[in-house]
Amino acid sequence: MIAELGHYALVLALGLALIQSFVPILGARTQDPVLMGVAGTTALAQFLCVAIAFTALTICYVISDFTVANVFENSHSAMPLIYKITSVWGNHEGSMLLWVLILSLFGALVAIFGANLPLTLKANVLGVQSWVAAAFYLFILVTSNPFLRLPQAPFEGRDLNPILQDIGLAIHPPLLYLGYVGFSITFSFAIAALIEGKIDAAWARWVRPWTLAAWMCLTIGIAMGSYWAYYELGWGGWWFWDPVENASFMPWLAGTALLHSAVVMEKRNALKVWTILLAILAFSLSLIGTFLVRSGVLTSVHTFATDPTRGVFILAILATFIGGGLALYAWRAPTLKQGGLFAPISREGALIFNNLFLTAACATVFVGTLYPLALETLTGAKISVGAPFFNATFAPLFIPLLLAAPFGPLMAWKRGDLYGVAQRLLGAFAIAVIAIVVTFTIAEGGSVLAPFAIGLAFYVMAGALTDLVERTSLFRAPAAVSLTRARGLSRSAWGTALAHFGLGVTLLGIVFETQWGTERIAEMKPSQTLSIRGYDFTFAGIAQRDGPNYRELTAKFIVRNGDVVVGVLEPSKRSFSSRDTSTTEAALMTRGFSQFYLSLGDPKPDGSIAVRLYHKPLVLLIWLGAVVMMLGGALSLSDRRLRVGAPKPAKPKTALQPAE
Amino acid sequence: MRWLFVLVWLLALTGATPVFAVQPDEILPDQQLEARARNLSRELRCMVCQNQSIDDSDAALARDLRVLVRERLQAGDSDQQVLDFLTARYGEFVLLKPLFSLQTALLWLMPAALVTFGAFFLIVRVRRQRKGGETDVKLTPAEQARLGKFVKSENE
Repeated sequence: MIAELGHYALVLALGLALIQSFVPILGARTQDPVLMGVAGTTALAQFLCVAIAFTALTICYVISDFTVANVFENSHSAMPLIYKITSVWGNHEGSMLLWVLILSLFGALVAIFGANLPLTLKANVLGVQSWVAAAFYLFILVTSNPFLRLPQAPFEGRDLNPILQDIGLAIHPPLLYLGYVGFSITFSFAIAALIEGKIDAAWARWVRPWTLAAWMCLTIGIAMGSYWAYYELGWGGWWFWDPVENASFMPWLAGTALLHSAVVMEKRNALKVWTILLAILAFSLSLIGTFLVRSGVLTSVHTFATDPTRGVFILAILATFIGGGLALYAWRAPTLKQGGLFAPISREGALIFNNLFLTAACATVFVGTLYPLALETLTGAKISVGAPFFNATFAPLFIPLLLAAPFGPLMAWKRGDLYGVAQRLLGAFAIAVIAIVVTFTIAEGGSVLAPFAIGLAFYVMAGALTDLVERTSLFRAPAAVSLTRARGLSRSAWGTALAHFGLGVTLLGIVFETQWGTERIAEMKPSQTLSIRGYDFTFAGIAQRDGPNYRELTAKFIVRNGDVVVGVLEPSKRSFSSRDTSTTEAALMTRGFSQFYLSLGDPKPDGSIAVRLYHKPLVLLIWLGAVVMMLGGALSLSDRRLRVGAPKPAKPKTALQPAE
Repeated sequence: MRWLFVLVWLLALTGATPVFAVQPDEILPDQQLEARARNLSRELRCMVCQNQSIDDSDAALARDLRVLVRERLQAGDSDQQVLDFLTARYGEFVLLKPLFSLQTALLWLMPAALVTFGAFFLIVRVRRQRKGGETDVKLTPAEQARLGKFVKSENE
């Protein structure tokens, strides 16, 4: 009954989406406020319906209703409640349902917070967004229905993939989807602008909060995913340039470019056509990401060919929206009035520089991810494009960006003074040089370039703060004056500084982890000791425990620094009988921003066990930097100019909770 | 008693994938050689896995390749010789960083080409702006006349 209710609600949502796809746009064309007003109601009703559908599926999972095929395949009655809930989106069908839930949530948010949008723009935006929604409802109902029943109810479920039984899964996909789907709003705004043939600085101001909100969720979502892979996969890597990761990274790069170009459009009324293109591309890349992950085309071209229904359906959605969006762009963009001159040395020039390199970086990831696929399809030749390729091509594209990042906010609009800005950055340069020299003298091992990378990181961080330091007269005026001035600064200035600072923090973490991380691999017997960076890890013994739906073998290690016991680490291996698989649970010990990472290999019959022990210096900065970037986005989002004369920004915090 | 645990554990693991890449018994006594082997392992693909290097992978094939790399290094091969040997044996698919060739030219040149093209495009635009300035383009007499017509029709 509950499953049928959910199914019914989803069909209803499709109906509402179809109405919303046409009626408001018709209203906008005929200037009929009644027809245009339909959009707000249907957007809210759509969200309600999808929320009911999602809740229905969640209930099926919580009560372990194994008559529902989806629940049977991905759940187990012995699983802890939290994992029963997260399994809802730990599979294809459920994750698509989460996708549309967030899509309809964003639609509803536009309906609620878009009160001061021009009526036609709001109608067109919601109409366009509904096209996307309708396509995905149809996709779920036709090819991936999570509410299908089994003719005979099995006694027990097949369990969720053990790797996914982790709190990381509870948070990572929803955040990532908030980011992906958030760009659908930007996309809808872009298409609506093309339909209306009108785009101005006000448009940029309306779009910016949505872009920022999506970008923040994507930033933190990617960072969460990276941390999850780091501790769950058991070999301490945090970024693999895996196609699935790249799929989330591409929209992030395009979204970051969009954030910056939208500023130019808002302030200087320039780069309109380019901003529209980026808005279309950011969402297109999100769709491509969904396609790559969901169609199975990545595993191999052949698995895609054997069961193509879903893949072909998503491909059709892709072709329609990306092709349609770009075609509309090609047709209408030339009619948009191009405005604004720009000088190469100016704030807008710096932002264009940023866009050039971010776009190139994004294109590199795109081509690198799809090249093997394309080549195999066209010529049959098989090549691999992996981490070494991306590392080699990505760094040269990102270094200019990092060098330029502190310059941008210090430049004046219209006519900047490169030499003057460089002089103001002298402090940052000095800090960088000190960092390089210090690293050269202290560091052992690591590449020759490592000290320069450290210098770059410090330069980015110091450069990000330069603007704030100057404008608050820190160190020059009394502290009280500085404090008052700091309060007077716009929140977007703080946001920019913080986000750029976070970039430097992440870079610092990356450099330290890759250059000075150490690793020990050994076979240990009880009471033996393994040492790393002055810490001794003594193997105390093995124990076996029973978890709710697994058995685990736990090894106990006593950690000493000199003679002082600083902690106990208990890495384990879990065996899940329901799926006949096992996972490694690494044990982590945090010291400052650094971590010790201990994971287990296979036990031998003679009582010894293979052990992998890492020291990861400053590794936490990698993710902390992303958190700082997100906070920068949040500050910018709360800036006054985005609240006045523009729709109230989406509050990602309320959006974080999936519907109950 | 502990042995029993371990035995039960081993039984439970049969059929499951052991999650562990480089095994302790693979490691070479010569540290320098081992470091080179690790670096090479990161460049080589485990061909039965999805986008994993043999350094990260726990598949049996990855282990065989890791041992093979170490054997070649111990036999005195240079890094390049090891890569060449594996490419000859398994094809280019084994390299995570593809060789530059006609097939991969687009892949390798694209980033630089894109930046160059973009920069060129921008420079041309700035130049054109400086020369004429998009804003003060003079209208031809014919255009003036047409404009006049529009203004008139608007007023009516």
